[in-house]
Amino acid sequence: MKTLILRTASNYMLPLLLVFSVFILLRGHYLPGGGFVGGLIASIAFVLHAFANGLGDTRKLLKFHPGFLMPAGLSVAFLSGISPIIFTGEPLMTGIWYPDSLPIVGNLGSALFFDIGVYLVVLGVTLTIIFSISESA
Amino acid sequence: MLTAILSGFIFSIFLVFAGKFFKGKLAVLSSLVPLALFIYFLSFIPQVANGEVIRQSHEWVPSLGLNLDFALDGLSLLFSLLITGIGFLVFAYTAAYLKGHDYLDRFYGYLGMFMGAMLGLVLSDNLLSMFIFWELTSISSFFLIGFNNTSEASRKSAVLALAITGSGGFLLLAGALLLGGVAGTYSISEMVGLSDTIIQSEYYVWIVILIFGAAFTKSAQFPFHFWLPGAMKAPTPVSTYLHSATMVKAGIYLLLRFTPVLGGEDIWNTTLITVGGITMFYAAVHTLFRTDLKGVLAYSTISVLGILVFLIGLGTQYALTAAAVYIIVHALYKATLFLVTGIIDHETGTRDVTRLAGLRKVMLPVAIAGFLAALSSAGMPPFVGFVGKDLVYESTLQMGSWSVVLTAVAIATNILVLYAGFVAGIKPFTGKLPEGFSKVHLPGFLMWLPPVILAVLGLIVGIFPSFIDGPLVKPVVDAVGMDGSAVQLKLWHGFNLVLGLSALTLAVGFLLYFFFKPSKNKERKIARYDFMAPITLITGFGDSFTRFSNWWTRIFQNGFLRNYVSTIILFLVVLVGYSLFTDHDGIPIDFSSFSRMTYYEMIIMGIMFLAIIFVVGARSRLTAVVAMGVVGYAICLMFVIYSAPDLAMTQFSIDTLTVILFVLVLSSLPKYLSISDYKMKAIDGVLSISFGILITLVALEVLGEPVDKEISNYYADNAYILAKGKNVVNVILVDFRGVDTFMEIAVLTIAAIGVFSLLKLRLRRDDRELKD
Repeated sequence: MKTLILRTASNYMLPLLLVFSVFILLRGHYLPGGGFVGGLIASIAFVLHAFANGLGDTRKLLKFHPGFLMPAGLSVAFLSGISPIIFTGEPLMTGIWYPDSLPIVGNLGSALFFDIGVYLVVLGVTLTIIFSISESA
Repeated sequence: MLTAILSGFIFSIFLVFAGKFFKGKLAVLSSLVPLALFIYFLSFIPQVANGEVIRQSHEWVPSLGLNLDFALDGLSLLFSLLITGIGFLVFAYTAAYLKGHDYLDRFYGYLGMFMGAMLGLVLSDNLLSMFIFWELTSISSFFLIGFNNTSEASRKSAVLALAITGSGGFLLLAGALLLGGVAGTYSISEMVGLSDTIIQSEYYVWIVILIFGAAFTKSAQFPFHFWLPGAMKAPTPVSTYLHSATMVKAGIYLLLRFTPVLGGEDIWNTTLITVGGITMFYAAVHTLFRTDLKGVLAYSTISVLGILVFLIGLGTQYALTAAAVYIIVHALYKATLFLVTGIIDHETGTRDVTRLAGLRKVMLPVAIAGFLAALSSAGMPPFVGFVGKDLVYESTLQMGSWSVVLTAVAIATNILVLYAGFVAGIKPFTGKLPEGFSKVHLPGFLMWLPPVILAVLGLIVGIFPSFIDGPLVKPVVDAVGMDGSAVQLKLWHGFNLVLGLSALTLAVGFLLYFFFKPSKNKERKIARYDFMAPITLITGFGDSFTRFSNWWTRIFQNGFLRNYVSTIILFLVVLVGYSLFTDHDGIPIDFSSFSRMTYYEMIIMGIMFLAIIFVVGARSRLTAVVAMGVVGYAICLMFVIYSAPDLAMTQFSIDTLTVILFVLVLSSLPKYLSISDYKMKAIDGVLSISFGILITLVALEVLGEPVDKEISNYYADNAYILAKGKNVVNVILVDFRGVDTFMEIAVLTIAAIGVFSLLKLRLRRDDRELKD
């Protein structure tokens, strides 16, 4: 499926879709969206790129194996979960919030980091599965 | 006492770290553990002989009624002394027998574990902890039988022994639970007082059957005896220790222990007499047809175990005294014979009785031990065997109308046991020394001293039976609920019927030994009847059970994904459908609450319907996959219409990825085949339509049920207050139920690692094959 149009388009689509996925992730706390969907959209972006340019190019672009995103995401989520125990002495998963509000993101808090963890894990899982399957297919 | 029991286990664990030091010359030091324990238990003799019962209690799992309660009475003391005394000799003997063996430390570890377990078994006053130790003895026996793990025969025997004794353990647990339920306690000493309640309970028969099952499998009673000859694949010290002197007597111990609780009823006595009688005679006859020394000894051990069960079945005070004496007699002479056989095997490299002769010229002390033990097993005066045999005859003669039959069986068995003892203890040493054995020499004293000690003990105790009657036998008889004060062992009873029977036994036995020679020919002849032997029947049953399970598994686990899916769906439809239609009168669906269908809903439904028809009729996979994708997107639209944007987004992404995945693997799938004929298609169609209808009905019914909205309202109300989020779905995911989400992403990771490793490992193997 290496058509010129798709290849050219995918080069522009990849950053756009990635930005969109991060946008979806960040606004999740207030509007439809969140880490899970964000991660899926990001992986679709990479898969689209791989379709157009071949898996090798996408791998080169990524520079590391997507599998590493899984432990990274799990650690982020876990740290955000235990952060109240460390910082405020409250029980596990208690929300900690930064008092001032930011545009789009709204209030900054530990829940956002948890969602980032979910995002990374979902991206890592999807890409690992799809890459492994398409490599062995 | 707990320390005494645990010391065996501690010793084993210690060997894991210090095993290297115990492999060489220090190996003999390990026998200090059983020696110390032996002395420790000897020190209890005066107290126990006075009728005291020493108790200790440690709480373990009080909520289950499982405590480490130990009680040391006469019966426990007798067994403890056997375990540690013979254990000491066997530990020392092993140091020479397995000298320089690579895994000597491992062997001692298993032996230590066994010793601890066996002590725990005989000292436990709590039925449940007794069961645990019982199982531990089976397990350590498994390891010891399979010690030569490079030999297939040994592994097979180990598994067979574990299967038989393990299933016996299972029966013991069942029996223990029933017994505990009826008695309301797991303490054995309390059960003795509740004997009447237990015997009158409706479960009495079941309890007896289960306890018998445990005892008969452990003590190798017919028809479960066959694991014991197989267990002789173990190194000889193991055969001596576990499969002759101690572990196989655990069943006997169990029966003796429960005589005061369950005994005295017809079912108890008759069954034991019958099973014991059959076992003792059947196994004794078998000794005639064996040429392997250990085979002869194994069958004669089974025979003696049969005699013990038989005596417990007789249940009189005489019979139980006889049983107690016989345990001592047998331990002394049979352990000697086994150790002697081990020496012969070790020095000459064979145990074939037809080839062995004249060894007295090269190993006199061993020959003396063999002679003494053989004479004791024959029941010659003044050996302790004579005392034991007399007691057996006296107890059978007391049995009223059955006395003639029982005495005859006992005499026949004793004649054959005498024969077996002579074959093992005398035959290898008499006659002319074959040329090939002229270089055979006496092994180190560590090996020949233990059998000599045991054999001489047999003689001393025979001459002075007062050594054992007061301190050992009397407390045992007390412990099994009889009056022990009348016990007085005597070597000489004067001229009476019993003496005549003894003389008859000896005379016929001598004649049999001189005129009946073991030969390979006879062994082959009996092998023709193997097809009806219990071992063939039971292993045959095991094999056919395996075949049946294979067949059964293959029906369901046939490797066809389509069959799995239809089986699962069929089950769901039948089960859920059944409960749906039987639990209610009709299906409560409130049609009035349905809203009118809008035109765009109708259009989406139409698209879905068309797509489904495409899927079913597709002639290529790609068509089917794409059409499935259309169904998925149509569902997304539905979510959008019913204002669930989160769901719609997720569903949309998932559907896209699914289609991509399908397209990726399409090229590597085999050609698209139409594997179903019209009949199959019709069945599948009916199945899927009924499943669809079922799910619809369930969904409608759920709508009809009053819904408790407390939780969802709580989330909706508090999402902003507590979690500063306006998107309730997301707040639930990352905050309210964040731990769930964390588990889910962890599971996702595991799944991805699974996919990755499956595919990558497969690739590597292909690569390797290519290289080859």
